[in-house]
Amino acid sequence: MTRLATRFFLVLGFAWIFAATTISLSAAPKLKVGLVLDKGGKDDKSFNTAAFLGMEKASKELAIETKFVEGTDDNAFEPLLRSFAKKDYDLILAIGFSQAEAVKKIAAQFPNKKFAIVDAEVNLPNVRSLMFEEHQGSYLAGALAAMKSKSGKIGFIGGMDIPLIRRFLMGYDAGAKSINPKITIVTNYVGITGDAWNNPPKAKELALAQYQGGIDVIYLGAGASNMGAFDAAEERKALAIGCDSNQNRIKPGFVLSSMVKRVDVAVYQTIKDATTSTFTAGTMRFGLQNDGVDLAFDEFNAKLVDAKQKAQIAQIKKDIISGKIKVPDYYLVKK
Amino acid sequence: MAFEKNLRSLTRPLSALILGAFVSAILIRIVGESPWKVAEIFYNGAMGSAYDLGLSLFYTVPLILTGLAVSVGLRARLFNIGVEGQLTVAALAAALAGIWGPQDVILNRVLGFAAALLGGFLWGAILGYLKARRQAHEVVAGIMLNFIAYGITSWLALNFFKNPDSQNPETIPLIDAVRIPAWSYFQSAPIGWHVLLAPLAAMLLWGFYRWTEAGWAMEAVGENPKAAREAGLSIAQKQFWALAMGGMIAGIVGFIEVYGNSGKFIVGFSPAYGFMGIAVALVGRLHPFGIILSAALFGAIHKGSLDLDFETEWITRDFAQILQAVLILFMSCATLVPAGIQNRWEGLKRRLYGQRP
Repeated sequence: MTRLATRFFLVLGFAWIFAATTISLSAAPKLKVGLVLDKGGKDDKSFNTAAFLGMEKASKELAIETKFVEGTDDNAFEPLLRSFAKKDYDLILAIGFSQAEAVKKIAAQFPNKKFAIVDAEVNLPNVRSLMFEEHQGSYLAGALAAMKSKSGKIGFIGGMDIPLIRRFLMGYDAGAKSINPKITIVTNYVGITGDAWNNPPKAKELALAQYQGGIDVIYLGAGASNMGAFDAAEERKALAIGCDSNQNRIKPGFVLSSMVKRVDVAVYQTIKDATTSTFTAGTMRFGLQNDGVDLAFDEFNAKLVDAKQKAQIAQIKKDIISGKIKVPDYYLVKK
Repeated sequence: MAFEKNLRSLTRPLSALILGAFVSAILIRIVGESPWKVAEIFYNGAMGSAYDLGLSLFYTVPLILTGLAVSVGLRARLFNIGVEGQLTVAALAAALAGIWGPQDVILNRVLGFAAALLGGFLWGAILGYLKARRQAHEVVAGIMLNFIAYGITSWLALNFFKNPDSQNPETIPLIDAVRIPAWSYFQSAPIGWHVLLAPLAAMLLWGFYRWTEAGWAMEAVGENPKAAREAGLSIAQKQFWALAMGGMIAGIVGFIEVYGNSGKFIVGFSPAYGFMGIAVALVGRLHPFGIILSAALFGAIHKGSLDLDFETEWITRDFAQILQAVLILFMSCATLVPAGIQNRWEGLKRRLYGQRP
């Protein structure tokens, strides 16, 4: 009996598995856009999510065909980019600096394809590099943190000690000191490997330790690890500033603001340019002047920032755009 | 006779693979893809073109070496989980030798290779010492040494040898001349003569166990420690060497990564080669040539599943990892294949050979 039943289900299983699946064929030739996300993946609520949303928006509004994949390890980017290039994708977007070398190699091999990379500069005639002026946004974050801090001590938690995050820190530091020259800034990094971007428990520990030491505002630049630090802010009834995507809604009342990096805008813009054949290679910079970076103010942090502070931030922003305030850029200072 | 025995040792892993594929097919159907299509993608992804084959090889080669490294431990009844740390230390050692060493091509490569072997050996030897002389459990000590290896290598690499031109956590690169050129046959996949080091290591190890007294003694310690002690063998000494030798073999992975692939030490370069090596060694039945086969299978599965995300609409990276895990799970349970299938095979054989085997 049981044997009969087993056989029955086996046969049924086989029949179901091998039943024909329908194949859909598309007719009109559309621009094909491929997106290779970093290891954090589509749902990191931060950097990769922003890129994904930019492409989603483009695929709704423009006549394009899209496809996204997520890298599994550092060696996976090259084959993924290559697969897109070989498969007649017209525009291939690489998200994150860890893909810089893969883009350099594949873009050279496929000179007729268009490539774009976020957060790294690749100088090839078919590659657009999308760079963000994080130091400008971080300057605003620093200024706001200094305005809100009662203890005169503020914190910074970065994912990893890399040039990009140093750039965040340098802007933050300058912004905070512009408000309160005597302010103390304590810095911690989540880790030393790629896992640092995805380690909320460690970020929470660091944040708790910082709050314990009398710090009342922490600026976070640690990708998906930010989540843990927001928990800590809620627990200690303190403040944190998010980054990349607008993270204000994650813990309303405890997220002072977010330094948004509009990767979605950059991705959307690049796709749109490709559909209208206005795609250009070279470096495209997104800063305060074109809303590429900004501090997010919405209903979730409305109670935390008063009108006076908002006006002050707006003034600083204007001064940075006009060039009256020069924000130190780690990338330039270093050289 | 020998052939038949070999054949039989193959049936279990094979039927496990088939069962694993069956369960995967059910999962694939549930998410709404055609298993046929997926099988085709898998095949093409793993060896559809010279480039794909090259990338499968690229993942296979380190797995052969880590599989061998683990097997040396297991043959002496030691669970060497520290392979990941050993290959990490070796990679940094190779990179530093390459950066500092003479910039003459041959000398630089030889030095890099020696440094990798030495680095792996040293890290394995620490584990061996702790096990043999200090009675630490090799699993606990191995895991801890992995953490220490990550910490020390990252600290050294990022504080003293960091590549200033890159956002990636990596050291300054070697000069291009000393890096091993890739064979053009595999298009741009990073496959050159260095991949031959893996089968070479397997062959040497096979010879070591077959012909040398040291090899025999190391296995004796694992198979029957009491008898070995009675026979006058020093168990501690053999255990030390089993772990240190494993580390040395794992060290070759570091050389291959630095000279054959990236040209530098990248923090976190290994997608857990050391841990996958455990499964590779077990599925390969600890036999050097079995390990080559099982590593090839693991490498092909790893590369094949990479393409699933790309080629299908519903299978994501995470789902591809589930499929990979299902296949590996079944492979590692090879001995749990239902007796029914085994019996039927025996029956078939009886009919073929006309007698009980």
